Amino acid sequence: MSMTETPPRPPATPQAPPRPESRLRRFLDSDIFYSWKRSPVTILATVTALTLILIAILAPWIAPYDPFNPASLNLMDGFTPPVSQGPFSENWFLMGADNQGRDVLSTIMYGSRVSLFVGFMATMFAMVLGVGLGLTAGYNGGMIDAVIMRIADIQLSFPAILIALLIFGVARGMIPASHQESMAIWVLILAIGLSNWAQFARTVRGATMVEREKDYVSAARIMGVHPILILLRHILPNVLGPVLVIGTIGLALAIIEEATLSFLGVGVPPTQPSLGTLIRIGQQYLFSGEWWILFFPAVTLILLALSVNLLGDWLRDALNPKLR
Amino acid sequence: MSDVLLDVRNLSRRFDVSKPWLNRKLEGLEKLYVKAVDDVSFTVNRGETFALVGESGSGKSTIAKLIVGLLKPTQGEIFFSGQSLARGLSGAEARRLRRRFQMIFQDPLASLNPRWRVTDIIAEPLRVFERSMDDRARRLRVGELLTLVGLSPEDGVKFPHQFSGGQRQRIAIARALAAKPEFIVCDEPTSALDVSVQAQILNLMKDLQKEFGLTYVFISHNLQVVRHMADHIGVLYLGRLAEVAPARDLFEAPRHPYTRMLLDAVPDIEMTGRRRKKVEGEIPSPLSPPPGCAFHPRCPFANDRCKTEVPRTLGGVACHAVEEGRLSDLVQP
Repeated sequence: MSMTETPPRPPATPQAPPRPESRLRRFLDSDIFYSWKRSPVTILATVTALTLILIAILAPWIAPYDPFNPASLNLMDGFTPPVSQGPFSENWFLMGADNQGRDVLSTIMYGSRVSLFVGFMATMFAMVLGVGLGLTAGYNGGMIDAVIMRIADIQLSFPAILIALLIFGVARGMIPASHQESMAIWVLILAIGLSNWAQFARTVRGATMVEREKDYVSAARIMGVHPILILLRHILPNVLGPVLVIGTIGLALAIIEEATLSFLGVGVPPTQPSLGTLIRIGQQYLFSGEWWILFFPAVTLILLALSVNLLGDWLRDALNPKLR
Repeated sequence: MSDVLLDVRNLSRRFDVSKPWLNRKLEGLEKLYVKAVDDVSFTVNRGETFALVGESGSGKSTIAKLIVGLLKPTQGEIFFSGQSLARGLSGAEARRLRRRFQMIFQDPLASLNPRWRVTDIIAEPLRVFERSMDDRARRLRVGELLTLVGLSPEDGVKFPHQFSGGQRQRIAIARALAAKPEFIVCDEPTSALDVSVQAQILNLMKDLQKEFGLTYVFISHNLQVVRHMADHIGVLYLGRLAEVAPARDLFEAPRHPYTRMLLDAVPDIEMTGRRRKKVEGEIPSPLSPPPGCAFHPRCPFANDRCKTEVPRTLGGVACHAVEEGRLSDLVQP
């Protein structure tokens, strides 16, 4: 074997590596942004989702009425059809009014606020729990892995909504009656979160088992880096891609799950209606002709879940190098 | 003068390859073990390169992992400058000991975290071992290391996938050197690289050895690479050391029949016309190694004793034929 000459020796003055370019710059140059730009459906879904989220956040400032202030309600406005009166009149309801005379548009704005809040919090909870348990199971293996994953398997064999109903029922039974109203939303978040962690745990565990065997993990172990630091600094960034995808799709699922629970009457209290509650109220009047009470909240829910789901689909494809 | 840095004594490691508990009970099977490393002893002198060669499955990489503590030995001891590594490391003493050795891996892409920038990768040992170092000093040191291995400090902002195989191995070497270790285990550091790049990396490693007085345990299946690098060579066969000898002796006068077979298999450019033996047979399954000397099914000098009795290592060779002098007349000129 012929030996070529060695690389040049170091110059006299050492130099530090330059700082990396800004995150925004890198994002705009990235493949992800490129694939986003090239997909009209995704752009539309992003715009829809962001608009709905923005409306929900800004509801107290932009809603035409405050539907939860009994003083501003007038039962005489009940069942007013959409745009039946001229604009800027005393009681103009763009999307009509419901049985109690509340403006449907305003209740939707406030309702999606509740829906999104519960969805986000529940997904975050499920994500933190699932990723944590998945990392632990995948990295340690053995008994810990077996126990965690069997629990996940058992849970995945039941419909998520059933699990959520069970947890919801148990948790409500444990909370004193005086706190039930105020705690209801947190109980709901707990129930939906606990019913969704297994997906995260499964995916993360699989990815962790792959990463664990790679030499960069060995290199860190040889240096004596603490296992928790190895998990957080080395393995976590490498398993985050699939987590992001499941998280996005999970958000859509959590929103629908919350709507289902609220529709069944076990969700948020009626004083704080979510989209699901509004749909439940509306379906009582559907066949008597007051369609708008059901129609507008339902369309909002569909738009919200669909756009978030489409974003998740796109993210899955964009992060999968085999589909590029 | 020869100052022993690493002393490996009667090192053994077996792996449990049994089927799951339920299958074992239902099918009436026993527990099944593979002896990956069996009773291996050698010493490495400070500032020298000790090479371990062998076919795939001979236990080379297992020994590497045992030395750096990624695996625990089933039996035996590893002493690193007098301190036992096999007992497991913990506490402040562990950190002092760990910073003195490092490892370079076969596949440089897998050994560098794909989500980390090169600067962070190389700085990792500094974060672990030089806790008092501030960010500025650390970055200067990274720049210094990058230049040392023939890259430029500007490369620090890139990610590992933006480099070629040889450049990645340079990054891995820079990381290994960051905390100024004295001992590096190299597990086939060039076998994933192009031949031309292999030479550059090997020369870089030799230069660094001279400059910093490094001690290497160098694992390879490539005899030419080993000849270029090693001071002493251990030849592994099925988890056992067949022969340990200084590099020159091993190449000029191989004693163990297996070593001879390996050397005969290397094509020589000089076309000496020397009669050569083909490599016969395959390495047997380590699940059911042959009784006696593990090499006897492939050995042209095997007799009945070889089939029953495991040869002891005498004068660096574990072979009954050598011990009995049956090979003396066959030593190649």
